[in-house]
Amino acid sequence: MSKMPNYISTTNACKLCKPLGASLAFRGIEGAVPFLHGSQGCATYMRRYIISHFNEPIDIASSSLGEKHAIYGGSANLKLGLKNVTAKYSPELIGVATTCLTETIGDDVQMIIQEYRDEFQSGAGEPLIVSVSTPSYSGSHMEGFHAATKAVVEQLSSGGERNTTINILPGFISAADLRYLKELVSDFDLSATILPDYSETLDGEALNEYPLIPKGGTPLSAITRMGCSKKTLECGRTLPDSTAGTSLKVNHQVPLTRLGLPIGIRETDTFMSALAEVSGNPVPEKYATARGRLVDALVDGHKYIFGKRAIVYGEEDMVVGITALLAEIGVHPVLCASGGKSGKFKNSIEAVLEGLNCELPEVHENVDFFDIEERATELKADMLVGHSKGYTFSRKANIPLIRVGFPIHDRVGGQRLLHIGYHGAQQLFDTITNTMIAKKQDDSDVGYSYM
Amino acid sequence: MEPLHILKERKAQIHRKGDAPFALECNKDSLAGAVSQRACVFCGSRVVLYPIADAVHLVHGPIGCAVYTWDIRGALSSGPELHRLSFSTDLQEMDVIFGGEPKLYKALIELIDRHQPKAAFVYSTCIVGLIGDDLQAVCKRVEKEKGIPVLPVMSEGFKGNKRAGYKAACNAMEKLVGTGDTSGISKHSINILGDFNLAGEIWLIRDYYQRIGIEVVANITGDGRIDDIKRSHGASLNVVQCSGATMDLANMMEERFNIPNIRVSYFGVEDMAESLYEVARYFNDAEMMEKARILVRDELETLLPELQQYKAALTGKRAAIYVGGAFKAFSLVKAFRLLGMDVVMVGSQTGTAEDYEELQEITDEGTIIIDDANPLELSAFIREKDVDIFVGGVKERPIAYKLGVAFCDHNHERKELLAGFSGMLNFAKEVYSSVMSPVWQFVPRRAEEEIS
Ligand code: SF4
Repeated sequence: MSKMPNYISTTNACKLCKPLGASLAFRGIEGAVPFLHGSQGCATYMRRYIISHFNEPIDIASSSLGEKHAIYGGSANLKLGLKNVTAKYSPELIGVATTCLTETIGDDVQMIIQEYRDEFQSGAGEPLIVSVSTPSYSGSHMEGFHAATKAVVEQLSSGGERNTTINILPGFISAADLRYLKELVSDFDLSATILPDYSETLDGEALNEYPLIPKGGTPLSAITRMGCSKKTLECGRTLPDSTAGTSLKVNHQVPLTRLGLPIGIRETDTFMSALAEVSGNPVPEKYATARGRLVDALVDGHKYIFGKRAIVYGEEDMVVGITALLAEIGVHPVLCASGGKSGKFKNSIEAVLEGLNCELPEVHENVDFFDIEERATELKADMLVGHSKGYTFSRKANIPLIRVGFPIHDRVGGQRLLHIGYHGAQQLFDTITNTMIAKKQDDSDVGYSYM
Repeated sequence: MEPLHILKERKAQIHRKGDAPFALECNKDSLAGAVSQRACVFCGSRVVLYPIADAVHLVHGPIGCAVYTWDIRGALSSGPELHRLSFSTDLQEMDVIFGGEPKLYKALIELIDRHQPKAAFVYSTCIVGLIGDDLQAVCKRVEKEKGIPVLPVMSEGFKGNKRAGYKAACNAMEKLVGTGDTSGISKHSINILGDFNLAGEIWLIRDYYQRIGIEVVANITGDGRIDDIKRSHGASLNVVQCSGATMDLANMMEERFNIPNIRVSYFGVEDMAESLYEVARYFNDAEMMEKARILVRDELETLLPELQQYKAALTGKRAAIYVGGAFKAFSLVKAFRLLGMDVVMVGSQTGTAEDYEELQEITDEGTIIIDDANPLELSAFIREKDVDIFVGGVKERPIAYKLGVAFCDHNHERKELLAGFSGMLNFAKEVYSSVMSPVWQFVPRRAEEEIS
C-alpha cells in the first residue's frame, strides 16, 4: 500500500473554510440571515461560491471590519452591522459566525452580542442572535456546518415534556435530498424537525420581488422544541464527537441514534428501519417498490459496471455514502479522498464496505487535488465521482467525472441532484452506468447502438 | 421619498440624474451589515496579478481565500497555466499561534522546486497581517536561494477595499519592471495594461495593434509573462484599460522611466476605434493612423450589418449596469446605445468621484447612479425601472434571474469574449439571446403585467 508524501503547501484544496459551512447551515433556518463577523471579502467570496452551485441569491451580511477594527476590536462594527441587518431585513434570527480575523483579534462575540441585546433589544419582535466560533484556520466547511447546527440547538432549544416529533440532523445534503427527506417522513406519518433545511431557501421559485429572506427553512418554533422530541436521528459516520445531536442528548435527554447518510441500499435500509421503528409504521409501499425497482435495475445494468475502478472524493460523509453505493453495484472504489480530517474516515469506509466482497480502497484524509491526482495516475481509474473541482483532472486524464455533492458549478442543477434514499441510489446508478456505457460507445470504433 | 430599502448611511452614494446637482459619495468603506457586493484588498490584488501565467501565486492564509479564487477568472494563457492552480499555505491554528513564516518558507521552496516558475507572488491575507508574519523577509530569503523574483503582495483583506488591492498588486509588479533587457524594442512600442485576457481578448487587441504597426512589449497582465514585465520599461507608451486596476503601475512607470500613459477602453465600437486612433495620434505617425482607419473601416464593414438585426429587436429595451470598475461602465453605456437600448441604472463597486462625474454626463435624465450597492438596492431599482437586462458579475446574476430579468456577465469571471469589434458582436448576440428568450413570458413579473 502506497503512502502519501507529506507536502507542506496546498494545491487545489479539496475542502472549504469553516464560516462557509456555518453560513449554509444558518441559511437553512426560517427567517435567518447569516452574518460573518470579519472583513467584507470573506462574505462576498462565500456568497459568490455558494451562488455558483445553487444559482440562488444568498445574502450574507458582514461586519465589514477595516484596519482600525483589527487593532481596536470589532465590537462597534458588529453592533452596527446587527442593527443594519435588523433594520433592513427584519430577520427572525441572525446567525453570527466568526472568521480568522475576529478569532485572532480575540473579539468576545458572545459578550458583544449580550451587550447588543442589552443596549438595543428592549422591545418585542427583535431577532434572536445565535453565534458560533468558526476560525477559518481550523477544520473545513463541514466542521463549520456542524458547529453552527450545534450552536443553534444549544442556544435556542429547550427541554420539556416529550412529544411525538423526531429530530433529523441530515448533514450537508442537497436541496433535492432535503425535499425527499421531508416527503419520506410524512409518508411514515411522522412529525419531524429537520435542521437545517435549505431545500427552499437555496432552491426557490421565480419571483417578482427580491426576497429579503427567502421563504422556507426550519421554523424557529420547531427548533425551540427540539429538546422535547422523542428521538434524534443524526446522519454522518465521520461526525465530531460533540454535535447538535449529542447536545440535545446531554442537555435534554433526547435519545440519539447516529447513522450514515442514507446513500446506497444498505445505508438507506438502516435509515428506513430507524424511521419504521420510531414511527411504529412499516416502510410505506412506495419505498418498498422503489427498492424493488432499484434492485431490478441493478440486475439490468450490473455487467456494464462490474469491476470498474472509481476514485471518490469530497466531504467525508458524502464520500463514505457514495463509496457504499459504488461497492454495492459492483464498482471498485480504489481511492477515497477528502480534505477533511475527522480521523474517522478510514474506519467509516471500512464499515460500509463490510460483507460486500470489495477490496479495501486507499483512504486518504486531509489531502488536496495535487495529492489525489498523484495517486490517481497510478490507480488507473475508470471514473471519478465527486464535485466539480475534479473536472481539471478528469479532463487531463480523460476519465469521466460523475458529479455529486458540493460544489457543482460547471453544470446547472447541483442543488437538484438526489443522492439519498432508494430514489437517489436509482438516479446515481443510472447516471454512473450510462456514463460508462457512453464512454465505451464513444471510444469504440464500431459504436453499437443496441444493448 | 427615497424607498425604504436604502439605509440612511447609504443615501449619499445613490443619485438620480436630474433630481439635484450631482454629488456622489464614493471610495469609502462598505457599511457593516449592508451586504455589499464588494470583496477585499486580497481580491483586488488577485484579480490583477492572477493572469500572469508563468508565476506561482501562493496565498499565505487560511484555505478559504485561496479556494474561493481557484480558477474562477476567465483569463487565458497561450503557454504555461500555473495561474489556474490554487496554491495556499492553508494556515492552521498552530501557525497562527507560533507564526506562519516557517510554513511559508517551506511551501515556497516546495512549489518553486516543483513548478520551476519564473517568479512567485506571495499574497498576504487578513490573518497574516494580524499575526505579523514578515512576508518581505521570507520572500527575500527564498529569492536569494532560488534565484527568481519572489514578490510579497501586501493584500491583507481588511486594509481597505478592492482598490487598495490594485495598488498592492502594482507595488509588487513595480519590483519587476526595469530589471530586464530592453534592447531591440521598437520605438513604436506599447505595453497593454489592464486587460486580463478574459476569453482570449488580449490576443485580439494585440493583433489590432500589430496590424497598425505597433510592437507590444508586455501584456500586463492578461496572458502575462514575468520576462515581458521585466523589460516593459523599454516600451514607449503605456496603454491602460479600465479605471483602477493598473493605473498605479502606469503612473509609477511614468515617474521612474518617463513612459507616458493613455487610458482606453476596448469595449464597444467607438471606444475600441478610439483606442487605436489615440495610440496612432500619440506616435504622430500618418501611416499608422491610416492603417488604423483602414482596420476600423474593415472591421465595421462586416460588423455593422450584422449588428442591425440585433438592434432591430433590442431597440427601446432597458438595461442596468453594475460592474467592478466605473470605466467599463462608460463603454457599456455607449455599447447599449449602439444597440438602441436605454441605460436606466449604472453603478460600480470602486468608482472614483471623476468616474461618477463622467457617468452622469453621458447618461440620460432619470438614470440611477450608484456606488457600492447591495442586493436590495439593486433589486429595487431593477424592478422600479422595469429592466430588460442587467449587466454585472456572477454575484449579481441570481438577483436578476430571481426577478425574471435577463443577465450578462461582464466581470473577471466571464468566459465570453466581449472586447474589440468581434466582442461587440458577441455582446450583442448575448444580450439578444437572453433578452429575447421566451422564458421571460413565464416569469411572474411578466405574468403580472399581463393581468394589469
Ligand atoms: S477578507 Fe481576509 S480572510 Fe476574507 S477572503 Fe479576504 S483576505 Fe481572505
